[in-house]
Amino acid sequence: MSTDTTVEPAPAAPAPQREPQRSGLPSWAIQGLVSLSAIVLALLVGAILIIVGDDQVKTAVGYFGAAPMDTVSAAVSAVGEAYKALAVGALGGVTPITESLTQATPLICGGLAVSLAFRTGLFNIGAQGQLIVGAILAAYVGFAWDLPPVLHLVLAVIAGLIGGALWGGVVGVLKARTGAHEVIVTIMLNYVAIYLLQWLLTTSAFRRPGRTDPISPVVNSNAQYPQFGDTRLHLGFLVALLAAVFVWWLLNRSTIGFELRAVGANADASRTAGMSVGRAYIIAMVVAGALAGLAGTQQVLGTDLPLTDGVAASVGFDAITVALLGRGTPLGTVLAGLLFGALNAGGLQMQLITQTPLTLTTVLQAVIVLFVAAPALVRSIFPFLPKERGVGAVLAKGWNG
Amino acid sequence: MKKYVRGTAIVGVLTLAVAACGSKPTEENAGGSANKDFKACMVSDSGGFDDKSFNQTSYKGLQDAVKAKGLTEVKAESKSDNDYPTNMTAMVNAKCNVIVAVGFKLEDATEKAAKANTGIKFAIVDSAPDTAKVGEIPNLKPLLFNTAQTSFQAGYLAAAMSKTGKVGTFGGIKIPTVTIFMDGFAEGVKYYNTQKSKNVQVLGWDDAKQTGLFTNDFEDKAKGQTNAQNLITQGADIIFPVAGPAGLGGLQAAKASSGKVNAIWVDTDGCVSAAEYCSVLISSVQKGMDVAVQDAIESVVDNKFDNTQFTGTLENGGTSLAPFHEFDSKVPADVKTELDQIKADIVSGKITVASKAQPKAS
Repeated sequence: MSTDTTVEPAPAAPAPQREPQRSGLPSWAIQGLVSLSAIVLALLVGAILIIVGDDQVKTAVGYFGAAPMDTVSAAVSAVGEAYKALAVGALGGVTPITESLTQATPLICGGLAVSLAFRTGLFNIGAQGQLIVGAILAAYVGFAWDLPPVLHLVLAVIAGLIGGALWGGVVGVLKARTGAHEVIVTIMLNYVAIYLLQWLLTTSAFRRPGRTDPISPVVNSNAQYPQFGDTRLHLGFLVALLAAVFVWWLLNRSTIGFELRAVGANADASRTAGMSVGRAYIIAMVVAGALAGLAGTQQVLGTDLPLTDGVAASVGFDAITVALLGRGTPLGTVLAGLLFGALNAGGLQMQLITQTPLTLTTVLQAVIVLFVAAPALVRSIFPFLPKERGVGAVLAKGWNG
Repeated sequence: MKKYVRGTAIVGVLTLAVAACGSKPTEENAGGSANKDFKACMVSDSGGFDDKSFNQTSYKGLQDAVKAKGLTEVKAESKSDNDYPTNMTAMVNAKCNVIVAVGFKLEDATEKAAKANTGIKFAIVDSAPDTAKVGEIPNLKPLLFNTAQTSFQAGYLAAAMSKTGKVGTFGGIKIPTVTIFMDGFAEGVKYYNTQKSKNVQVLGWDDAKQTGLFTNDFEDKAKGQTNAQNLITQGADIIFPVAGPAGLGGLQAAKASSGKVNAIWVDTDGCVSAAEYCSVLISSVQKGMDVAVQDAIESVVDNKFDNTQFTGTLENGGTSLAPFHEFDSKVPADVKTELDQIKADIVSGKITVASKAQPKAS
């Protein structure tokens, strides 16, 4: 590993100037390989952490001199058991699979919200805030109104979309009109959203009657996404997939999408070509906000989760890593969302069976993204990976190409 | 990372013990393996089991029960509010005999699971089902704590120990399980003022208006430190942080004052759970979640479980003032006597604590 990195510079030195050698593989396949390698590496890092933290290994290390194989077998079994539990918890049967999909649902929508903005050259760090505002409106329509089935759900979802679109749209308008940097504005609006939510939960309009802690009523059953059988998986998952198809269509098949991508690739050139950059920013942020708002509806209308100050969990921030792993494409985002959902669901099971702390899955997710964001690092560890044209540059620019 | 290592270190990895090569650990753990098939389970709230406070104390109760009765321990940490229903279902599927939910945030998930699984016993900390709405749940035991009583003592103690005549408090999030401490504290200070004709001020909480200083967060130590620093700047020399791990920031601020500012901790004996700050801790308001949880679990093992609400009070020791530790010599003897008198008066009803956040008697 280390020898590779030290050897690397010599042959690579002249390379940066020239076009790197291209393999016969299409670029999506190479990207997939890099992502896959990143996942393998992350699992290796995780394995080390499991071994270091394992009690049995510690005991066995104590008498390492006497029976070294004990340490090895304890380490192997610790890692094996933990990852087996992770896999079983994520994929081993109907309940685990549906649980993985349920966990993936808001991550996909949130990831799309970040991806779409990325493609327009905007870093939408505000999915969290947009999700919260979407969840607030959707939940309010859900529990305060009384409407027939179907209609109630549709209206609640629309309310969520509007909430998110509004919160995202503000950013777009500020960026387009005043040039305010979207990273700053979205981060600040995240705070506004969470404090707005905390305040609303102290008002009688939102707080559940009879409760003194900040929690809203559960939404009416009419306003909930129908669930599949007695699992927690709900219609919101299909909606998330449809949203991904929509984003694909928008980006790749529509005139607006072409403008968005053009602005993302080079705003100045787009302006010269007669496109309205400001309009593109506003459209991108409104749609991105609506997608995050959709993720918000999946939180409050999907599972019977009431509105609390923790309703967004860290979905809006995980969405950024999902979009990173998905490389800004709708399909990639869906796959990344599914992976993270599976890791979340499996992680809960892993801590239950082997008592491996839940934080390990967080570490895995973080390390995966770290390696994906640094393809050169992955390539130096796995030198056999084929070269790809300008991946690093594309990533750094936010997939503008 | 730190969390990870510590978490793993605490745990007896029982399933591993079965599958792995050596049988030594299993034997070591088997202090009393009389009820190995009995699964005592616990679900944390989003604070996690290593919060040096609320979840950690409850978890200690689980560990104590497991040790005392030779049970099998299963615990599930929740990372976010989303995990509660999932973890609760997972515990039910794991065939737990008793499931303890830590915190009112799990109320919905626990009530639902308890109703659907009448064969399993449940206990929940800091929450009581609204029987008018959800009906009687025969297999769910609420564990509540009247910490206003002990905080009243803490307020009196703080007022007596303050040299500047100003004491300060701040909370995590403005919810009853937090403000109950602040109410009691403020009332204790007022009681001191009327008894001694003094005018010690409480900064950071107005119990009449129910407004005060909050970190709006239980995790961010920096915010706790800022809040404490604000109070210190305004002249407070005793700080009473009620903000879980964020409150540790308050202790940092106190420690940085090199002896000028001291603090009173909550939930657990701070000299044990956060020993590095023991030198600035006059005392702690203990909330005996460990004892209550242990009792609840053991009652299930002994087939004596009932769903009557447990309310921890000064009288039954469910909440109490921790030892003074390093301040034992600095707290005047007459103040110690007066604190004992206050305890007796609260138990007898001579002093009534007014806080509305107190749990209703069942």
